[in-house]
Amino acid sequence: MLVYVLKRIGLALVIIILAVTLLYLMIHAVPGDPATVMLGPRATPELIAQLHQRMGLDKPLPVQIISFFGRVLSGDLGTDVFQEKPVAGIIISVVPYTLILVGAGIAWSLALGIPLGVFSALRPDSWIDKVAGILSVAFIAMPAFVVGLYALLLFAVTLGWFPVIGGGEGFAGQLHHLVLPAFTVGLGWVGYLARIVRASMLEVLAENHVRHARAHGLPQRVVHYQYVLRIAILPAVTIVGIGIGAMLSGVVFAEIIFARPGLGKLIFVAVQQRNFPLIMGTVLVTTTLFVVATTLSDIVNALLDPRIRERL
Amino acid sequence: MLSDPVLQIRNLSVEFSARKRTIRALRNIDLDIPRGGTVGVVGESGCGKSTLILSIMRLLAPNSKIVSGDIVFEDRSLFELTEREMQSVRGNEISMIFQDPLTSLNPVISVGQQLIDVQYRDSVAKKVKQQRAIDALSQVGIPDAEARLSSFPHQFSGGMRQRIAIAMTMIEEPILLIADEPTTALDATLEVQIIRELKELQKQSRCSILFVSHHLGVVADLCDYVVVMYAGEIVEQGPVRDLFYNVRHPYAQKLLECDPARIVRSAEKKFPTIPGDLPDLGNLPGGCIFSNRCHSAFDKCETHSPRRTEVSTGHSVSCHLY
Repeated sequence: MLVYVLKRIGLALVIIILAVTLLYLMIHAVPGDPATVMLGPRATPELIAQLHQRMGLDKPLPVQIISFFGRVLSGDLGTDVFQEKPVAGIIISVVPYTLILVGAGIAWSLALGIPLGVFSALRPDSWIDKVAGILSVAFIAMPAFVVGLYALLLFAVTLGWFPVIGGGEGFAGQLHHLVLPAFTVGLGWVGYLARIVRASMLEVLAENHVRHARAHGLPQRVVHYQYVLRIAILPAVTIVGIGIGAMLSGVVFAEIIFARPGLGKLIFVAVQQRNFPLIMGTVLVTTTLFVVATTLSDIVNALLDPRIRERL
Repeated sequence: MLSDPVLQIRNLSVEFSARKRTIRALRNIDLDIPRGGTVGVVGESGCGKSTLILSIMRLLAPNSKIVSGDIVFEDRSLFELTEREMQSVRGNEISMIFQDPLTSLNPVISVGQQLIDVQYRDSVAKKVKQQRAIDALSQVGIPDAEARLSSFPHQFSGGMRQRIAIAMTMIEEPILLIADEPTTALDATLEVQIIRELKELQKQSRCSILFVSHHLGVVADLCDYVVVMYAGEIVEQGPVRDLFYNVRHPYAQKLLECDPARIVRSAEKKFPTIPGDLPDLGNLPGGCIFSNRCHSAFDKCETHSPRRTEVSTGHSVSCHLY
């Protein structure tokens, strides 16, 4: 198991390095010189050259990449030339908001989606299963910004139960501000998880070892929740790992609609400004968090399934 | 039929509904399993052997229906038990070994835990259950049993996994053991060893065995009573020597002719086959079920179903010839 974990972490590091390098190259392939954008159309060539030098853009690409990694390892993600603040500081100030939002979104969708999937799989084609199926597909089909806007209109504006915008102050305030964004972010995942768990549970229930366990007198409870669910949950864990990664930048809609600080919004603004240091910094952080999430989900799967431990 | 049976199946008929058709999988099965005896069930694929077993275990698929009949086990009708009561019969009084050892153990739960889980109903300490698991594993010839408790099924070979399945039934000390082609998925040398384990198990626990197999040689070796099934009916049944030496039903005769051991000994060395196919169980013809493939069929066979006739003590056949 330890060998598996170490190998998996090694692989994760390689993925992060490759992804960040690729990203650095891609951003520089996009037309539009950041210095020109920042200084405006009337900048003199001297000013542009000066800014290039300050941002390290005058050096050859490989040197830029290597020095970028060097600085990253020492905790320096560069300086945001617009705000004249260190990028690392800006990111750290918003990361908790995103992590909490993603965490809360996934947590409630797991808490509802998995039991819903199990319930449906144990009563296939019952009316409850059919209703759950229709709802799940509806949840998946609804775009997050639509859910967000309607949730905002109904619960915040019309009913006034929850605050309209912002991140909130203090624990209770933050929690209060978290409810609607987390609902928005997690709703589609309830549907995904319910469908995935239902499908894989039905598949596992049809496997020979389930009949074998029943033939040896194991009660339904043990068969369903220890023998079947443990296998059926594996694809859901994988999907959640990828989902957390996708949500880190995908929560941008929720963050914009509810005017919450967060990584998604930061990337959105940074891209608009062609704010290279900030883009690189945020993408580096989201990529790392993405890889951490998928690595964790793989490790959880390896804990659940001994056969996975021996692969890789 | 026989005195003091452990299990009595009376007039059992089972149907499946599949795509708006009704498949009459089992029809009017009568079968006794004597205490401490071994009954072999033979027949080609699709003749209802597995349905028969799953009816006894009450593990039939939800689309199946027991149309008539009863199964009485130790003076209780199994069909009248609640699901909870049935759970305490399974793996306790009636235990089962399945055909494919590669898929019958749970892949993500350690072998030790699975051996402990089958003792679910026993209220003894976990230590005791674990010791029983170790003892059973060593008994079926798994070396270093204690260390291997934490191993998972995929870390064992097919033969080893079937031994683990046998170890489970050993722990359970059943009154009746049902073995559904326990050696079909294994190679010939393993087959001999597994049969030996089963004999050993029976000697120790004095359980009755219902043994389902394609392999007539193994049936002749292990069983003292044989049942021949064809297309969901029992066509002939009797004591093993009587049936093998005085086989009556044309289908059973053909089946015995197909035994490879006989073919090798014969001069022709040509593999005999039974011409024709199984009748459509969704649309049964009238008369004898085997009449369309039978070499000695006559007019009556096409119109009247044969009744069961006893030809000698305990040996009965359903055929118009007798």
